Amino acid sequence: MLKVNDINVFYGSIHAIKGVSFEVNKGEIVTLIGANGAGKSTILNTVSGLLKSKTGSITFIDKTISNIVPHKIVAAGLAQVPEGRRVFLGMTVEENLEMGAFTRKANEISEDMDSVYVRFPRLKERRKQIAGTLSGGEQQMLAMGRALMSKPELLMLDEPSMGLAPILVEQIFDIIKELNAAGTTILLVEQNAQMALSIADRGYVLETGKIVTSAKASDLLNNDAVKKAYLGG
Amino acid sequence: MIKKSTIIPMPLRYLINIVLFAAFLFVMNTLITGGTISKYYSGVISSIGISIILAVSLNMATGYLGQLPLGHAGFMAVGAYTSALIMKAAAGSLITFPLALLAGGLVAALFGILIGIPALKLKGDYLAILTLGFGQIIMVVLLNIDDVLGFKLTRGAAGLQKIPKTTTFLITFICVGITCFVIHTIMKSRHGRAILSIRENEIAAESCGINTTYYKTLGFVVSAFFAGVAGGLYAGNIGILNPSAFGFMKSIEILVMVVLGGMGSMFGSVLSGGVLTALPELLRDFDKYRMVVYSLVLVVVMIFKPTGLMGTYDFSLNGLLDKLILRLKGGKGDGGGKAVLVEKEGKANE
Repeated sequence: MLKVNDINVFYGSIHAIKGVSFEVNKGEIVTLIGANGAGKSTILNTVSGLLKSKTGSITFIDKTISNIVPHKIVAAGLAQVPEGRRVFLGMTVEENLEMGAFTRKANEISEDMDSVYVRFPRLKERRKQIAGTLSGGEQQMLAMGRALMSKPELLMLDEPSMGLAPILVEQIFDIIKELNAAGTTILLVEQNAQMALSIADRGYVLETGKIVTSAKASDLLNNDAVKKAYLGG
Repeated sequence: MIKKSTIIPMPLRYLINIVLFAAFLFVMNTLITGGTISKYYSGVISSIGISIILAVSLNMATGYLGQLPLGHAGFMAVGAYTSALIMKAAAGSLITFPLALLAGGLVAALFGILIGIPALKLKGDYLAILTLGFGQIIMVVLLNIDDVLGFKLTRGAAGLQKIPKTTTFLITFICVGITCFVIHTIMKSRHGRAILSIRENEIAAESCGINTTYYKTLGFVVSAFFAGVAGGLYAGNIGILNPSAFGFMKSIEILVMVVLGGMGSMFGSVLSGGVLTALPELLRDFDKYRMVVYSLVLVVVMIFKPTGLMGTYDFSLNGLLDKLILRLKGGKGDGGGKAVLVEKEGKANE
């Protein structure tokens, strides 16, 4: 479904992503794991069009999406939940969700809004509340709900566990699993490698801008090198 | 959904506003043409209207879009000179002035596109400095273009004189009405929501599939357009244009109106645009202390109400009427509390 082929991304003169290739197949949960600064978020931002790759290509459902602008990529069915939640703090929960469906016609979204509320009952309780007053976990749910409102084929999540209490992290990951079971393909970037690998089908391990290992998630969980580097022995 | 009244239907709401605004225009116009309000004060009232247009239009870029442009006077200058030249060239005809205003707005909007596309790639202080530079460039160009190119166009520092003084109370406040209506309508639409979402969080807006470049430019250009119209009105009100009137201080003055009124509140912009223009005129006798008072007011407001007088609150006459009707229906005594509850439920049920 998503095919990233040999991308190289630079921040000024810094070579952040060095010839990375990977793919995500329909129905999978694929995770990119790696330490701080390995380039995980950079890769996601490149796929979603916020950053440009100097070389290589990115194709999404047989369409080349490298070097097209972000809003067209969203319209093509690829949604990103940006790092650090980034909800519209001054708008209500419901308005946030409506913004998520910006690329679609206003009359076809109410059903999807209902299904987001079914998935996140917490948001329904707070639909008239200003997003800035939500807790961190609720904001993460809102950011995910908002991304779902664009009806994506592929959902990219950037560090959904960041800054959340362990119990909330588990809740969020359960939801990711449910979403996947309901048919959404997922590309997950995480520092919490254990959590990510436990729900993923496949994983890629990143180190300083390069993919060093890729395997089935269950194998990576038992891989000694990965264990040592990311899972605390 | 946009919050709608549950009591007064939409067309009626527009009608109420239009009727009241027309009544206001009519009464004031009668007073002015009848001589009850002197010519001097009617000129002041027109300049209040011009300030309101400037503040409301800058509020679009500052309050709604969340940018900090410091070159609003530059757009005003472009509009003023464009309108003035047209008015001078085709004086006399009744439709010259409206056309001149429109042309002033369009040329300013064109400059808005030219400046906006590179400027809006920058953020915060960088954008402020670029637009500040633009404002200064416009002023310097207007000052020197005749000498350098050998025209007799802007007449440099001597000023463009003998512009027909066609700005009247009526035209000014019709423009005020149009400005507020257009910007209000844009902001209540889907485009307005996109503009607000950019202010809230640009990256999130982008990840929602909003074409941020387009909407930033749109907000900026609409803002520039109305600044140009205000410039045209200014030209017709004063009758003489001098480049130094459109310097950095003018831009700051407009920004102060927006900040004082509350960034993101159209009502605030209208209010502080009016007050800050009227006050210096009313305080002519205390001219020496004017700037001191002005600065003190700013300091005090920023300390005690950093979001500006109105915050992001917007006054809605119909909202007020709704409350009133509810209160009357709810009876006296504790009815007030109930009415608010009913209204909240009404909103939640929408």
